[in-house]
Amino acid sequence: MTIPPKRHTKRIGAWRAAGFAAAFTLAALPALAQETFKIGIVSFLSGQAAESFGVPAINGAKLLVEAFNKGAAPAPYNKVGFGGMKIEPVYVDENGGATKQVQEMRNLYDRENVDAVVGYVGSGDCLAVAPVAEEMKKFLILYDCGTPRIFEDGKYNYVFRTAAHAAMDNVALVRYLKAKNVKVDTYNMIHQDYAWGQDSKKDFMLSMGQIYKNAKSDADLLPKFGAGQYGTEISALLTKPADILHSSLWGGDLQAFILQGNARGLFQKQNAVFSAADHVLPGLGEKMPNGVILGARGAYGLMSPKSALNDWWFDLYQKAQNVYPVQAPYRMAQALLGLKLAAEKAMAANGGKKPTHEQLAAALRGSSWESPAGMIRMTLGDGHQAIQDTAIGKTRWDAGKKMVMIDDIMRFPAECVNPPANMKSEDWMKAGFPGAKC
Amino acid sequence: MNLLATILIDGITYASWLFIVALGLTLVFGVLKILNIAHGSFYAVGAYAGASLVAWLLSMKVSPALSIVALMLAAVGVAALLAPLVERGLLRMFYGRDEVLLVLVTYALFLMLEDVTKLVWGVNPYYVSDTYQAFGNLQLGGLSYVGYDLMLVALAVVSGMATWWALNRTRQGKIVTSVIHSAEVAASMGVNVSRIYTLAFMVGVFFAALGGALTAPMISVQPGLSVGVIIVSFAVVIIGGLGSIEGAAIGALVVGLARAASVHIWPPAELFSIYVVMAAILVFKPEGLFQRIQARKI
Repeated sequence: MTIPPKRHTKRIGAWRAAGFAAAFTLAALPALAQETFKIGIVSFLSGQAAESFGVPAINGAKLLVEAFNKGAAPAPYNKVGFGGMKIEPVYVDENGGATKQVQEMRNLYDRENVDAVVGYVGSGDCLAVAPVAEEMKKFLILYDCGTPRIFEDGKYNYVFRTAAHAAMDNVALVRYLKAKNVKVDTYNMIHQDYAWGQDSKKDFMLSMGQIYKNAKSDADLLPKFGAGQYGTEISALLTKPADILHSSLWGGDLQAFILQGNARGLFQKQNAVFSAADHVLPGLGEKMPNGVILGARGAYGLMSPKSALNDWWFDLYQKAQNVYPVQAPYRMAQALLGLKLAAEKAMAANGGKKPTHEQLAAALRGSSWESPAGMIRMTLGDGHQAIQDTAIGKTRWDAGKKMVMIDDIMRFPAECVNPPANMKSEDWMKAGFPGAKC
Repeated sequence: MNLLATILIDGITYASWLFIVALGLTLVFGVLKILNIAHGSFYAVGAYAGASLVAWLLSMKVSPALSIVALMLAAVGVAALLAPLVERGLLRMFYGRDEVLLVLVTYALFLMLEDVTKLVWGVNPYYVSDTYQAFGNLQLGGLSYVGYDLMLVALAVVSGMATWWALNRTRQGKIVTSVIHSAEVAASMGVNVSRIYTLAFMVGVFFAALGGALTAPMISVQPGLSVGVIIVSFAVVIIGGLGSIEGAAIGALVVGLARAASVHIWPPAELFSIYVVMAAILVFKPEGLFQRIQARKI
């Protein structure tokens, strides 16, 4: 018995056809697949900064990326994705220290092949990753960290910061105290004993030295980061009566300090002035003392300006998260909005193709854009460091609304509370804020 | 004089919190010879469990003052659930191996529990500060102190004395002591060493969780609690001598008073003061204040 030759040939032919079809499909896949814009988004997903900064910022990023990909953001941010390219985010945990972050960032660029990295809350992390991104010639946006040193001590082509640095916070606070005629003959301070706390303390003292020339500092406490127990510090503060108590504590440390200080009547005896405390208001609720003067490191949350863009963003976040956005998601939003416009500008100049890292950097350098917190302008650090308006206000528990409100809000234009392009912030404060436009 | 009194009160208050946590750490080392880095995680789990239970009770209109009992029950619950699981399911596999390996195992456990707490409780803060304010305030030396803080001092004294009494004045305690001296000899005399290990680990976890639960009303309970407490607890037990209850008490007092004196007199040296005291003690007593020099087994 022989196998019918015709049938055999037919079967071989069918297999060949299927093979050709598969090979053709595989070869055509890259062309058929839609090109995406991949962003590495880095923030604290665990550890002490997760609750106050990292997770709210990542939640904000997720909402915004989703809105961009649907083309649902208001104009001029209403193109789908970035210029039609869908955005593909890769989220990375910032916890673990600067060395780990450098490695993680290298992985993002080299293995994940991201087109941009947006990230970093910790000043130490920012200082560590910025030179590495520059050396790799890769585009990096620092969205949150506060240290002025990055662009005051270094020059970068590929690295940007889309939020104002921390000098603004304390200059605005002291200007607010003066504008509201708050009597300050003596002041106490409590700051965390690391770069952020030390820098904030220095900025506040320099600003006080210019605006309240006769005011004297008394208690100067520097508990370790994550101390949690403040009984001894509160005793030390209570033994040194002062008109105001200045602090840059944040997150769990600030919440613990407020709960313990409140129980001992500290804030009834010394007027609390907190430079970055807006993010604890929704959680603390009625446990937040009334009359605390506070900043948000920008015109964020309850102190944000009225605009169509802000209304859209505020509602989007509040509906999704069941809490209004505070400073961290705002700063993430202004970074992603700036990146979107820069990417689309670079694509327009590039025939609609995905921009390179160089093209992205050229598009963002010196640019400005509208954010929910007002205009962001890249005017410092040769167009790599943003300035923005800020606001300061005073807390009041509203029993009817069951939330802490912020009253007596004063807005400060960016040029009033940020140094000019040709000066370092410390020199600017020491010189008495030359060129400030208030 | 006022300053001295303030330093004493602040130092003792801080020491009482620290002692409760360090007591568990030193007990586990004394019996199981494990330097348990995951102790900080049990502290954090205790804080979360206590905060959750108290928040639920407060929502049921239970008096905040009664919630102190709930905090203790939360610690018992954490110890009863977690300790046997960890000791029997994980640590037991490594007994008899190099002590450094056990340190690494507990470090791995520390990292895992950090994520587990995040998965169970999320990252949003928990507040139960009504309990903190439920015991009123007391005027001491011209300053207002929270009754809850002073109650912790009493609780720390009771915890220390009860543990000492249980170890030194009860039959079960003497059996534990025999295991501390030599597990092999105790086993040859018919002691169920394995059960003693589980029991000691459970008590150790209970004190870690109790420390966390009692801290919950004065802080916002959120991720990252476990790191700070374990570092300073190690300082306490090293000063006092690993495995010594009296040592943990003295170590906690030394750390508390050094820290309080520094905050009041020279604040920048707050951390430095703790470790300079520790270094000074170790120069003269390398094994810590209360640990007996042990003959090395060959």
